[in-house]
Amino acid sequence: MDLTFSEEQDELRKVVRSFLAKHSDEATVRRLAADPQGHDPVVWGRMAGELGLQGLAVPEEYGGSGFGYVDLGIVFEEAGRALLGGPYFATVALAAEALRRCADEQARHDFLPGVASGETVATLALTEDIGRWDEQGIGLTAAHDERGGWRLTGVKTYVPDGHLADLLLVAARTPSGISLLAVETTDAPGLARTPLPTLDQTRKQARIEFTDTPARLLGPEGTAWPALERTLATAAVLLSAEQVGGAAAALDAAVEYAKIREQYGRPIGSFQGIKHKCADMLMEIESARSAAYGGLWALDTGDRTEIAIAAALAQAYCSEAFTKVAADNIQVHGGIGFTWEHPAHLYFKRAKSSEALLGTPSYHRELLATRLGI
Amino acid sequence: MELDFGPDVRDFRDEVRDWLADHLVGEFAEHRGMGGPTDGAAWEVRLAWDRELSAGGWLGVGWPREYGGRGLGLLEEIVFEYEYARVNAPYRATVNALDLLGPMLLKMGSEAQKKRFLPPILGVEELWGQGFSEPGAGSDLASVRTRAERDDGGTSRSSGAESGGEWVVSGQKVWTSFGVHADWLYVLTRTDPRSVRHKGLSLLLVPTDQPGVEIRPIRNLAGQDEFAEVFLSDARTSADMVVGEVGQGWRTAMATLGIERGTTLLPQQLTFEREAEALIDLARERGALDDPMLRRRIVDAWISVRIMRTTNLRTIAELTAGRTPGAQATTAKLYASTRHQQLGQLATELAGPAGQIVGEDYALDRRQRSFLLSLAETIYGGSSEIQRNIIGEQVLGLPKEPRP
Ligand SMILES: Cc1cc2nc3c(=O)[nH]c(=O)nc-3n(C[C@H](O)[C@H](O)[C@H](O)COP(=O)(O)OP(=O)(O)OC[C@H]3O[C@@H](n4cnc5c(N)ncnc54)[C@H](O)[C@@H]3O)c2cc1C
Repeated sequence: MDLTFSEEQDELRKVVRSFLAKHSDEATVRRLAADPQGHDPVVWGRMAGELGLQGLAVPEEYGGSGFGYVDLGIVFEEAGRALLGGPYFATVALAAEALRRCADEQARHDFLPGVASGETVATLALTEDIGRWDEQGIGLTAAHDERGGWRLTGVKTYVPDGHLADLLLVAARTPSGISLLAVETTDAPGLARTPLPTLDQTRKQARIEFTDTPARLLGPEGTAWPALERTLATAAVLLSAEQVGGAAAALDAAVEYAKIREQYGRPIGSFQGIKHKCADMLMEIESARSAAYGGLWALDTGDRTEIAIAAALAQAYCSEAFTKVAADNIQVHGGIGFTWEHPAHLYFKRAKSSEALLGTPSYHRELLATRLGI
Repeated sequence: MELDFGPDVRDFRDEVRDWLADHLVGEFAEHRGMGGPTDGAAWEVRLAWDRELSAGGWLGVGWPREYGGRGLGLLEEIVFEYEYARVNAPYRATVNALDLLGPMLLKMGSEAQKKRFLPPILGVEELWGQGFSEPGAGSDLASVRTRAERDDGGTSRSSGAESGGEWVVSGQKVWTSFGVHADWLYVLTRTDPRSVRHKGLSLLLVPTDQPGVEIRPIRNLAGQDEFAEVFLSDARTSADMVVGEVGQGWRTAMATLGIERGTTLLPQQLTFEREAEALIDLARERGALDDPMLRRRIVDAWISVRIMRTTNLRTIAELTAGRTPGAQATTAKLYASTRHQQLGQLATELAGPAGQIVGEDYALDRRQRSFLLSLAETIYGGSSEIQRNIIGEQVLGLPKEPRP
């Protein structure tokens, strides 16, 4: 296992960082946050066209570049640093991964090229009102119609970017278990999508009601849970990388401020109360980084069990680390950090929403305990 | 939250209870639990509720009768707060004047100032804002730069300028809670231009309704225009509007901060008990009580609010007995603010994905608002770092950090 980044990977980070510095600067983040759609199709197109970010880890046979998860993790880390809005997480970490893992080669050929080219915005519709990420949390049903197709009836909610997705991958209950079904949203009958205003305005969600909505079954009926579980593990690791990036940006802001803000005639960073806090923040970030990178390496090289363990570990740790660092950043800033105008709260809210995005840290600890056989 | 303060105050307690039962109805009852020391939610209703309390004679329970108070003791005040918290009545909008300025005037104000200002506070006729912090003077309050100079030829706009002349005030204040509602500000100014730090400061009462005062709201991270920045440019106030002695403003200000760091915690912390109860209900609803880890954290949250209560009761008991409160009075704020944030973290976690959804126009529910606003509790009224310095240096007697 190679635990350092290659020169190419360093270069990738640099390129992505400078792209996002331009296209996901604070003004853009705030503009998209204030916009109920929260999506800039022009930037989305350039992310795909100039950098190939949507297709980075999509295998070449499906129109992607075939890079590994470590590479993709670098992109997510930078996206987290820049608080990138829009459907990147939903499309790449959730939907593309679900397509890769499902047992349906034809679906991969049909859908992944669109994802990789940036043409398709996609998401995974898994959670429901009860707000669970396990098999038991799936209640929405799919049933056969007279013509041998499938129809969805029920509600999915808290669906990341569900209001914009062209392609919904829906986890549903079918006669013999959990299945994955695809709905292309353009002109789809029986589909009602309501954007949900979010506390973290940089990440949008939607509630989706299906009423006898025609859907395409992906893979054999009733066998999708293992693929979904794996998708959630991958997404958990990528989210962890994103959280590390967010936390690192919050620490940068805190340190920069601690150097210039003076009280009692000295920079506040010269007080141990602040200096030690910043040092602790860094310790948390580096530990979180190990948790997240460990997950990325497992995704590239590990087996099923290792991945499941590394993913739960990463989410259990990185969620809390990001929240703590983001709160500390507000604290270091004092009054100014408590304002709407200062970006510190954007990171804090992103940290809180990330904690709830794929299940809470407690839930991931429980997953980890189970997977370790504790 | 049954708490018996003894036979002497039982009649009083019943009186409070009956009054609250009769008056906390309709719109007021619908706004139970609304607001906080830096929470501007439901401002108009809360102001109306303050007027209702005022009409019932429940503002200034412990203030002398001659200024419109009830003239009762600390114990009655506490009983009132407990009964008030028990029914989760809206958080009083006039808190700044009731809890900070009023007690400060009672302690350090002139007779004329007390007569002039205390009755309209209790009548909810004049609202106050605190003008201490400046862009360059936060934790280091002694570095305030706002200047006040005497102009003895001027004519006063404020009444009662027997001593003649006026103060002319210029500078900038910031983070003034509910500043946009304030009719008056109590402002820490430098009255001796050659002075440095704690010396040469004076505390002035300045009316906001004049050309020299501009108040602009600042939006907080919960999306509320709660606090404000205040621009003073040749703002005027009459010469007798100085509280305490000229040049002794630091002492006066510290007396207020002493109040802010001491007894005013009580009403706020009692609301945390409500939040802990709500947390348990939420956990039950979400089926989280079976999870041993969450169970433990929920119990810890409950322990922390019970400890806050007992800590407060200790301080109160010492104050009623005429003794100087012990070390717990200095650790109380640090404890409460950090534990309250933890309680909010836990509540947010228990709320799950539903807790991440807001209403139209970023309308937050009570849990979301309280959690976000709790982030300020470790900043205002002396940040946690400053609290630790005070505890270390003033209580434990550790050597001071090196100062320039
Ligand atoms: C919601 C809210 C309401 C407020 N209401 C009012 C009001 O009504 N009136 C008013 O006058 N003010 C008010 N304030 C201001 C408040 O008192 C100040 O924010 C506070 O004193 C901190 O000052 P600052 O914001 O300038 O931060 P700074 O003093 O710049 O502090 C920045 C960071 O440095 C740390 N720090 C500073 N000095 C030291 C040290 N010596 N050792 C270790 N760490 C240190 C602080 O703890 C903090 O983490 C309010 C603030 C908030 C957030």
